[in-house]
Amino acid sequence: MDYIPNILFAIVLVLGIGYFTRNVRKLIRNIKLGKEVDASDNKKERWKNMARIALGQSKMVTRPIAGFLHIVVYVGFIIINIEVLEIIIDGLAGTHRIGLKVLPESIYGFLIGSFEILAVLVLVAVVAFWLRRNVIKLKRFLSAEMKGWPKNDGNIILYFEVVLMCLFLVMNATDTPFQEMGHGNIISQFIAPWFEGMSETTLHTIERSAWWLHIVGILVFLNYLYFSKHLHIILAFPNTYYGSVEPKGKFNNLEAVTNEVKLMMDPNADPFAAAPEGAEDEVPEKFGASDVMDLNQIQLLNAYTCTECGRCTSACPANLTGKKLSPRKIMMDTRDRLEEVGKNIDANNGEFKDDGKQLLGDYITNEELWACTTCNACVEECPVSINPLSIILDMRRYLVMEQSAAPMELNNMMTNIENNGAPWPYNQMDRLNWKDE
Amino acid sequence: MSEQLKVPTMAEYMAEGKQPEILFWVGSAGSYDDRAKKITKAFVKILNKANVDFAVLGAEESNTGDVAKRAGNEFLFQMQAMMNIEVLNAYEIKRIVTCDPHSFNCIKNEYPSLGGNYDVVHHTQFIKELISSGRLSLEGETYKGKRITFHDPCYLGRANSEYDAPRDVLKHTNANLVEMKRHKRTALCCGAGGAQMFKEPEKGDMDVNILRTKDALETKPDIIATGCPYCNTMMSDGVKFNEKEDSIKVLDIAELIADS
Repeated sequence: MDYIPNILFAIVLVLGIGYFTRNVRKLIRNIKLGKEVDASDNKKERWKNMARIALGQSKMVTRPIAGFLHIVVYVGFIIINIEVLEIIIDGLAGTHRIGLKVLPESIYGFLIGSFEILAVLVLVAVVAFWLRRNVIKLKRFLSAEMKGWPKNDGNIILYFEVVLMCLFLVMNATDTPFQEMGHGNIISQFIAPWFEGMSETTLHTIERSAWWLHIVGILVFLNYLYFSKHLHIILAFPNTYYGSVEPKGKFNNLEAVTNEVKLMMDPNADPFAAAPEGAEDEVPEKFGASDVMDLNQIQLLNAYTCTECGRCTSACPANLTGKKLSPRKIMMDTRDRLEEVGKNIDANNGEFKDDGKQLLGDYITNEELWACTTCNACVEECPVSINPLSIILDMRRYLVMEQSAAPMELNNMMTNIENNGAPWPYNQMDRLNWKDE
Repeated sequence: MSEQLKVPTMAEYMAEGKQPEILFWVGSAGSYDDRAKKITKAFVKILNKANVDFAVLGAEESNTGDVAKRAGNEFLFQMQAMMNIEVLNAYEIKRIVTCDPHSFNCIKNEYPSLGGNYDVVHHTQFIKELISSGRLSLEGETYKGKRITFHDPCYLGRANSEYDAPRDVLKHTNANLVEMKRHKRTALCCGAGGAQMFKEPEKGDMDVNILRTKDALETKPDIIATGCPYCNTMMSDGVKFNEKEDSIKVLDIAELIADS
C-alpha cells in the first residue's frame, strides 16, 4: 500500500514527459519540412551568441523595465527548478526532502531560502507583467494580431506562474518539520501563521496537496509550452545559436539563380543544348517562398521561438506609420501555417495533402510584404535573434520571380536597370556627366 | 563649383599603366540624381584637396543591383553584380569607396560570394582615415557651434554596425552634435530603403520620412546631417513638408566636410 503514491507519481511523470517528448518530436518534424541550411560555420561565435543573448539575456535589457522584470522571472524559473529535482527524487523514492539527507542543514536551508525569495520576486514581476498587459495596456500588446488566443496565451502563462509560486510557498509553510527546523523558511515563516490552529493531519494534507499540485502543475506547464508562445524558454537557445553571424545587411545570394545567370553570361554556352541525362524529370527549384516548405529550417525555428513580445513591431517604420506590416505577425503567421501543415500531415498518415492554402495570400498579404523598408530594425530588436526580414525577402522573391507581381513602379525601375544600368531612364553613357555640370 | 574637379577614369589610369589608390564607386543616385550629384562633387572636392589618387569607372559603372535584390529580383541583382565584378576584376580593383551605404553594403557583403572581393569603405570612414592620417585638415570654422543632428543610414548603421565614423568626422566641424531620441541601433529608417524609394508607400497614417523628420526637428537642429543620398532626399522632403527649408539644411557629411 505504501508504494501507491510512488507508482502514481511515476505514472504521472512518465505521462507528462512522454506527451511532451511526443510534441517535441512533432516540432522537430515540422521544422524539418523547411529547406536544409548550412550553419556549421563559426561554431565559436555561435556558442558565444547563445551564451550572451539567450543565457545572458543581453538583448532583453535594451528595454530596462521589461528587461529587468524578465531577468527576475528567468533567474527565478531556472533556480527554483532545482527544487523540482528534489521533488522528483522524493516522489519516486518515497522520501521527504531528500536534500536534507545529503546536504548540511545550513546549506539546504540556504538553497530553499533563496528559492523562497526568488518565488516572491517572481510573483512581483509577474504581477507587473500582468499590469503592463491588462491595465497599463502597452501599445505593443494591443496590435491587431494580439486579439484572441495570443492575448489569452500571454495571461494564462502569468496565472500559471502565480499558482506555481504560491503552491511552492504554501508547501513550505505547511511543512511542520521544515518550519521547526528554522532554516530556509525565510518567507514561508510569515505564511505559516495563516495555518495556525489546524490539526497536524490537516496541515499534512495541505502540504501533500500543494506538493502534488506543484509537480503536476509543472508537468502541465511543460506540456502547455508546445501550444504556446512560451516555447521560447527552450527554443531561445538553439535559435540564438543558429541566428545569423553575418552583418545584418548581408542578404543571401540564391545559388539556383547564380547557376542560371552564369549560364546566361557564358559566351560558350550552347543555347540549344539538350538537358543532361535524367534532368528532364527534375522540377526546377522554385524561387523564393510562397509557403512554409519553401522557407529554410532556421526560419521555421524562428517562428516557433517567437514569444510575441512585439519589440520588432514597435520599432518597424512601416508599422509605426500605420501600414499593415507587422514583423511579429509575419512570425505568428508562419508558425500558424506550419502548425496547420503539421496537422494536415498527422491527419493524412504522414503525407501532406494539398489543402489549397499557402502562407502567401492566406496568411500574409502582398500589401504587408511591399511595405517593408528592409531597415533591419526588427532584426536588431529581437531579443532572441529572430529574422522576420529574411521571410519577407523570400516572399518578395516569389512574388517577383515566380509571379511577376511587383508593384508597377518597381517593374519600371527594374526595367530601367536592365536597359540602362540605373533605376531611372537615363543613358548609361551619361553616367559621368556630373563631372562637368 | 568654381574650381575644376579632377575626376580621372579607370580607363585613363589603365592607359597610363597606373593603378589608383582607391576606386570611387559613384552609384546610380550619385551619378544621375540632381541632389545626390552635389554630394558626389563635394566628396571629389575632398579627395582632390587631400590629394587622393582615385579613379571612377564612369560609363563602365552600372547599377549595383542592390535595389533589385531588395525588391526580390535576385536575377537582375546577380546579372548586375556579375557584370560589375567582371569590370572591377579586369581593372584589378582592391579598394572601393562610395557615398552610398546601399552600394557599400551590397559590394562589401553580397559581391564576395559571386567572385568580387574588395576592401569596401563608406565615404565617412574614408574621410575619417584622411583626417586621422593628417592628409586632410579642416579649419573647422564654417559650422562652428551649429546644432547638427546625424541621421544614421540603415545600411551603414544597423546593417554594418558603423555608428562612429560619421560622428567622429562631424566632430571635426566643431559643430554642436545633438542626438535624436532614436539613434544608432534604434535609429528610424528614412523610409526609402527596400526599394521604397521607387514606389508609392502602402496605405497608412503618414509617410515614414515625416515621422523621421519629426525625430530630427525635436532636436532643434540647424542642420540635419546624412550619409546616404536616399536619406538626404527623404529628409529634405520631410523638412519641406514642415516648411522649414529656410531654417534647416539637410546636408551630407561630404558636403559639410568639403566646406569646413
